[in-house]
Amino acid sequence: MTTGLSLDANATEPLRPEARAAVLAALDLPGNPSSVHAEGRAARRLLEDARGAIAARFGGRAQDVVFTAGGTEANALALHGLSAGRRVLVGATEHPAVLRAAPGATLLPVRADGTIDLAALDAALAAAGPALVCLMAANNETGVLHPIADAAGLCGRYGALLHVDAVQAAGRAPLPAGADSLALSAHKLGGPKGAGALLLRPGLDPTPLIAGGGQERGRRGGTEPLPAIAGFAAAARAATDQAAARLAPIRDAIEAAIAALAPEARFPGQGAPRLPNTSAILLPGVPAETQVIALDLAGVRVSAGAACSSGKVGASHVLAAMGLGGDAACTIRMSLPWNAPEDSVERFVAAWAAMREQVTRRAA
Amino acid sequence: MARILVAMSGGVDSSVVAGLLAEEGHDVVGATLQLYDHGAAIQKKGACCAGQDIHDARDVADRLGIPHYVLDREQVFRREVIGDFADTYARGETPVPCIRCNQTVKFRDLVALAHDLGCDALATGHYARRVDGPHGAELHRAADPARDQSYFLAATTREQLAFARFPLGGYPDKAAVRVVAARLGLAVADKPDSQDICFVPEGRYDSLVTKLRPDAAAPGELVHADGRVLGAHDGIARYTVGQGRGLGAASWDGDERLYVAGVEAGRRRIVLAPRGALETTEATVGEVNWLIDPPVAPIRCSVKLRAREVPRAATVSWDAGTGLARVLLEAPGIVAPGQACVMYDRERVLGGGFLRAAGAVDSTRSAA
Repeated sequence: MTTGLSLDANATEPLRPEARAAVLAALDLPGNPSSVHAEGRAARRLLEDARGAIAARFGGRAQDVVFTAGGTEANALALHGLSAGRRVLVGATEHPAVLRAAPGATLLPVRADGTIDLAALDAALAAAGPALVCLMAANNETGVLHPIADAAGLCGRYGALLHVDAVQAAGRAPLPAGADSLALSAHKLGGPKGAGALLLRPGLDPTPLIAGGGQERGRRGGTEPLPAIAGFAAAARAATDQAAARLAPIRDAIEAAIAALAPEARFPGQGAPRLPNTSAILLPGVPAETQVIALDLAGVRVSAGAACSSGKVGASHVLAAMGLGGDAACTIRMSLPWNAPEDSVERFVAAWAAMREQVTRRAA
Repeated sequence: MARILVAMSGGVDSSVVAGLLAEEGHDVVGATLQLYDHGAAIQKKGACCAGQDIHDARDVADRLGIPHYVLDREQVFRREVIGDFADTYARGETPVPCIRCNQTVKFRDLVALAHDLGCDALATGHYARRVDGPHGAELHRAADPARDQSYFLAATTREQLAFARFPLGGYPDKAAVRVVAARLGLAVADKPDSQDICFVPEGRYDSLVTKLRPDAAAPGELVHADGRVLGAHDGIARYTVGQGRGLGAASWDGDERLYVAGVEAGRRRIVLAPRGALETTEATVGEVNWLIDPPVAPIRCSVKLRAREVPRAATVSWDAGTGLARVLLEAPGIVAPGQACVMYDRERVLGGGFLRAAGAVDSTRSAA
C-alpha cells in the first residue's frame, strides 16, 4: 500500500521521521520510569523531557500534562474527571470520543457553517448551575474551527469549565487560549498511535479513570508507554503551525478545481475558519460510500462519516447537525497529510473527476 | 481480466467465489452488506453492529489480498425486507424474505454499485446457473438439486441477470465447494451453513412481526371451514396455509386432522379444514418477473409453489393487462399466499411472482 495517494490525515497522519527515530531510540531504554534505580531514572528523564516538550509546544506547565493512551482517553478523562457536580454541555458535532463519554450531556447546536452557536451556548450556560462545556478546536470531518476564545469568555462569565478537544487542531493550527483542559493525540500530529495527553490548567485535578499504581501524579495509572510518548514529543516539536499553513493553498486549489469542473459540488464548512488541510466535498446524489470506494479502487484514500470498527461508511452526525439533510450522506472528507506531495492537486482532482464521470454515466 | 464485485456474506460459498475469481486473475472487489444491527438482533447491549460474518468476510478478503468494503444497508433492509416481512404476515400471507433481499439490497442495489465502481459483473455465491442463451442470459437450476437456489432468484430482472455471475452453480455439491475453500486456505472452509432467517437468529420471528405490526398479533378465532369456532389464537402471524402444527386442541376435529386452510387478516380468523379441502388446482400470481419474453399464449411448464418442493406440472396464462398470471396445476396442491410461484422449463427459470389469496383483487401490486 505504498503507491497511491493518501489524503486521509485526519484519520491518522503519516509518521514523521523525527517521531520514528525517537520511538526507536526509546525502545532501547530498558527502564520503567517509576523505578528507583539508574535505569528507571534514565527512563524518567526521557518521560519528563517529553512532558516538557508537549507543554512547551502547546502551552501550560509540564506538571499539568497527563499522558494517556490517546485522544479518546484524554477526552474521557476530562469528561469523567472534571464533571463532578457540573452539567455537561457538548457541541453537536463533537467526535464520538466525546459524545459517548458524556451520554447524558446536553447537545449544543451548531450554525450552518459548522461553528458553535454562541447564543445557544450563552442560553444554556445561563439556564442552570455550574457546567462543564466541551468543544472541539477543529472538527475532524470539516476542519471547521469553533470560536473557542469567545466560548471561553462565556464560560468564564458563568463559572463554567471549558474542555477543548484539540486532537485535530494540534499541530495544524494555533491552539486557542482560554481552555481549562485540552485533549491531544500523538498520531494525529505525525507521532505513533498509542499516546495522547490531557493538558490541564494549573490547579485542576481530575478524578482518574484508571488509578493503578499512581503514575502521572495519580491521575492516570499504568506504566507510561515510553516509546509512544517519546515519538509524541518529537512529532509535536516537528509539527509547526507554519509548516501546516503550507497545506492551505493546496486544499484551496483542490476545491477551486473541483468547483470549476463540477458546479454541483459543494464544500460544507468552507465559509467558516478551517484547518488548512481539510476539505469536506459534497457531490449531490452520490453516496459517500460509493465515492470513497471508487476513489480507493483508483488508489486515492479519503474517508467519510464516522469511522466504525466494522469498516462501514457510517452516517455523518456532523453534517446532519449542520443541516445538510440527505446531502450529508453524499459528502467525503479529503485531509492533506503534513507531507502531502506537490502534485496532490492534479492527482486528486483527476481521480475525483474520473469517479464523478463514472457515477454520472450510470445515472444518464 | 475483468473487475468483478463479489457479494461476500462471510460464509463459505461467497468466500469461494471471491477466491476462485481472484485465482483466475480477475480484479476482485469484495463487498459485505451489513443488513441489521447484529448486536440488537442477539439482544446484547453494546455489542457491535457487525456480526461475526462480517469479520469472517474481511478475513477472507485479507487472505485473498483483495479490497473489501462493508456496506451499511440497515435502513433499506429494514424498510424493504423486514418491513415487507411484517406487512406480508399482517396481510395474512407468508413472506419469502430471501427473495425480497435478493430483489432489493442484493441485485438492484449491488448491480448499481458495481456499475458505479466500473465493474464488469456482480458475482454471488448462489447455487444457480446463468447460461448465455440465444436471447441473452438465462437462469437455470443449480447442478446440485439439493442446493439449488433458483427459486430465490426468480425476481432478478433480465438486466440484472445479464450482469450477474454464479460461479458455484455447476458444482456437484457443497462438499466440493468446501474442498475448494480448503485448497484456497480459507478459514471458513468448515463453517456451518447459515440457518433460518438471518435477521431472526433465534428463529422467533413472531416477536419481530408483533413489534412492527401489532395488528398481526391481535387475538382472534380458529374456525372450521364449516363455520364452527374451534378455539382462539394470539396473532395471525403465527399461521401459514398448509400448517398443521401449533393448532392446539383445534388440531383434531373428532378423528380428522385439521390444517390451516386460510388466514383472514380482516376478521383476524384462521380457517381450518381437513387436508383434502386445502388443495386446489388454481392459483393466481402477481408481481411477475419474466425471464423470457412474456408469453402471449398459455404455456405448459412446471412450477414450484414453495422453496422446498419438486416442480409440478402446470399451465400458466399471462394477462399483461392485469399483470397477473393464472396457474392451472395438473395435480392439486396447497397454495400459500405470499410464497413465490416460480416457473420452470426443465432446468430453466422462465419467471416468477408471488401467490395471491384466492379471489383477491389486486391492482396495486402488479408487475413492475
